[in-house]
Amino acid sequence: MTDSQSASTQGTNLIGLTRADYRGLPSTLCQGCGHNAISNQIVAAMYELNIIPEKVVKFSGIGCSSKSPAYFLNRSFTFNGLHGRMPSLALGALFADTSLHGLGVSGDGDTASIGIGQFKHLIRRNVPMVYIVENNGVYGLTKGQFSATAEKGLTLKHEGTNIFLPVDICLEALASNATFVARSFAGDPKQVKELLKAAISHRGIAVLDLISPCVTFNNKDDTIHSYVFGKEHEVRLHDLIFTPARDMLTVEDFEEGTARDVELYDGSVITLHKLEKDYDPTDRQAAFRVLEEAREKRELLTGLIYANPDEPSLFDQYKLPEKPLNRLTEAELRPAKETIAEVNSWMFS
Amino acid sequence: MTQSMPNVVSETVQDRKMIVNDFAITFCTVNGSGSATANMTVMRSIFKMGVPVSGKNIFPSNIQGLPTWYTIRVNKDGYIARVEKDDIIVAMNPATFLKDLEYLVPGGVVLYSDDIKQTPTRDDLIYYPMPVKKLSRGVDVPPQLRDFIANMVYVGILAWLIGIDLEVIRYALAFQFKGKKTPVESNFGVIKSSYDWAAENLVKKDVYRLEPMQATEGLIMTDGNTAAALGAIYGGVQLVSWYPITPASSLPEALIEYLPELRKDKETGEQTYVVVQAEDEIAAAGMLVGAGWGGLRAMSATSGPGLSLMNEYLGLAYFAEVPLVLWDVQRVGPSTGLPTRTAQGDLTEVYFMSHGDTNYVQLFPASVEECFEFGWKAFDIAERLQMPVIVMSDLDLGMNQWMGKPFVYPDKPMDRGKILWEKDLQEMLQKGQWGRYLDIDDDGIPYRTVPGNLNPKSAYFARGTGHDEFAHYSEEPEVWERVLTRIGKKVETARLIVPKPVVHSMEGAKFGIIAIGTADPAIEEARAKLKEEGISTDYLRVRALPFTAEVEEFIRAHERIYVVELNRDGQLRQILLINYPQYAMRFRKMARTNGLPLSARWVKDEILAQEAKKS
Repeated sequence: MTDSQSASTQGTNLIGLTRADYRGLPSTLCQGCGHNAISNQIVAAMYELNIIPEKVVKFSGIGCSSKSPAYFLNRSFTFNGLHGRMPSLALGALFADTSLHGLGVSGDGDTASIGIGQFKHLIRRNVPMVYIVENNGVYGLTKGQFSATAEKGLTLKHEGTNIFLPVDICLEALASNATFVARSFAGDPKQVKELLKAAISHRGIAVLDLISPCVTFNNKDDTIHSYVFGKEHEVRLHDLIFTPARDMLTVEDFEEGTARDVELYDGSVITLHKLEKDYDPTDRQAAFRVLEEAREKRELLTGLIYANPDEPSLFDQYKLPEKPLNRLTEAELRPAKETIAEVNSWMFS
Repeated sequence: MTQSMPNVVSETVQDRKMIVNDFAITFCTVNGSGSATANMTVMRSIFKMGVPVSGKNIFPSNIQGLPTWYTIRVNKDGYIARVEKDDIIVAMNPATFLKDLEYLVPGGVVLYSDDIKQTPTRDDLIYYPMPVKKLSRGVDVPPQLRDFIANMVYVGILAWLIGIDLEVIRYALAFQFKGKKTPVESNFGVIKSSYDWAAENLVKKDVYRLEPMQATEGLIMTDGNTAAALGAIYGGVQLVSWYPITPASSLPEALIEYLPELRKDKETGEQTYVVVQAEDEIAAAGMLVGAGWGGLRAMSATSGPGLSLMNEYLGLAYFAEVPLVLWDVQRVGPSTGLPTRTAQGDLTEVYFMSHGDTNYVQLFPASVEECFEFGWKAFDIAERLQMPVIVMSDLDLGMNQWMGKPFVYPDKPMDRGKILWEKDLQEMLQKGQWGRYLDIDDDGIPYRTVPGNLNPKSAYFARGTGHDEFAHYSEEPEVWERVLTRIGKKVETARLIVPKPVVHSMEGAKFGIIAIGTADPAIEEARAKLKEEGISTDYLRVRALPFTAEVEEFIRAHERIYVVELNRDGQLRQILLINYPQYAMRFRKMARTNGLPLSARWVKDEILAQEAKKS
């Protein structure tokens, strides 16, 4: 049993906060919406990781998913930005204080259409933050239009039949050189939570493609974004357990050859317990292959698809002072008075 | 040497009085041929001889091969507006040669490369051949630099012709090449040998010459984009997000050049700033909004098309009350327009930017020293008002070289506005209440916290949707109306803190002139010419929107006001009409957009024409 688990039984975590300190407002999304299940796991993951809520900054774009940051982490700053353009907002804000944890929540409508450019450029820059796509294949707030991740052949009430192939969030992320790519299912909360913890601890962009059924507009049993389909067709790449760096002594020993570890930059470890086949999530080629195979077989493939924990993050590319940029004072920001003469001399004075 | 050039203007010209320190030289070259260094060398040399000078680069949207013109105006009285006629041309481009001749005044000078074979169409000009190939061939430079060096031939011959001091030229070259001996000496070698060739082989028949003055002592010379970047550095800029676009790119590029000099710790190498080249202007705007919200001094620079892309994010910044600074280095629109030509065509776009009701602060610099000043001041205004400030420069100011007064160190401490850190918030909560959008001081401006503030009461949810004073989501009609009305109050606070207009009056003025930015030099010169004809004028140069009280006073005091600007529809006039409908009949439109800076002649003639029609 880890420290965090023992702490939770006493009603507070290691930093003395209760679960209530991580909660948000009551959700206004539909009863049974996958997004609510994900919000709950965000609360649980942050609580169990003992993260100070004020050290988290939430971002979102526009859509049902993007409303959800109001429903968790009330004590964290949040910026609900423009449709598909949360990545640039997050990048700018996170430079203000690079010790903060960035948490972006988007949807398939927000990310895979207008947002695809900013999504890929956020990844390309390896901005250290968690980027969740609550993926349900449909536009909810505008009442049931196709999104770009909708399966070809999907029929919706007012829209007819979708004639285009879907955008695959994980493939797009991989192609953009993402350093952490995972897929999970709102109906598999334990896996969602473990992946969230790992994503939060990753130093770089962590893309979580979370299939999150829309119970109102796209939840027919035979469609790939539904609960029933997910329950029936989920294929886990592995069972995974996240162990924070400070709990390293308590890591369970698995029988030789049955598990593999991925150590993150901060020393925490994701232990992947082998299921049907061994899968190496540091092999980018293999990641492309399993995603393609899953698509062909119409399987909901879940787990840690790819991780490269050692790539420098955006912040590593700049030599910033330890003091957050937004706390620098006038004396630290305005060049001294005597420099102005030299500047004028550069101007051919 | 070509024999086809007529040289019929003879005795009469020699007898004419010399014209000293009052003429315009245009260099007619091919884009990408490296002529910029040669042209700058001439301009800097004249400047260092103490003679007032200005430069206008008329260039195509092209990397290499299309014609380009650089005009240097020399004027002992310090007038620096564009002139419409040339006194001297340096003809290096056969493709435009005959057309270039048309712009010369009678008795004007043609220095032409002797590989131009066309027969000129005018016999009232003075022609001097330049054996460019021959004079650059003898020089010991790598072959790939030969074309660039060839431009120095005309520098040397021109120096002989009008009397530029060779030692001053060497000084200007040393500045250009940052003191590197080899390029200075190889370029100077060509200039010297060309000068000597001219002295031996040409006979001066024209009337133009330079004489040293003391009129530029203590002045600097730079472009507006560089000045803006340096001003921003002294304003403590922390995040620059940008996307390349002419004519704005050289502003962030100047930041990239100078930030490490001024804002990077020499020992630790730590930097107090971040520059990010975004994937487009939309992302650049998003980064600005994020950084401004995060408590950083954030800025970008763009031009028309980029501004259009940024609209939605700037509207969000207005409503979510995020400070940021954007430089709009204006070019000719609509659409791609004339990307390398100047205009003041974005005023109304910025005035009405984004959907719904908005207001922004616009600043209008007219000189390099104002670019520097507004460079730092814009941050103080943005953070004080918690709203976007857009600095409206233009291609003429941003990319051309201008004489200017030396930059002045900020005369005020930074104003970081109403920002609360942990203790500040604690104290405020002990005294009463805090809401992110609660107007405690009744000036329309609430107090803000920023991410990283660890006070458990500090966090709030920023959004573009309806919210109440405590940043809670709300669709209540009265809440929406109350919050938007309160934000609207900021305009009145803005009027008190934005730069006031500059007013120049003459006794007995018959009418007023209102203008912004780079219309200034042409207006000042036109006013002097009108004065010579017995017509006195008053002139107010607006430096900011919203208008301050002085603008209305000026309008009230004048029955007729010419609103002079570089666009088609008279955008400044439109904004004046909206603000002062009671004076609507007083505003006369004097708007023009042809991609070129205004000339004093046009301003004067247009005023006289409208004055003649007024009754």
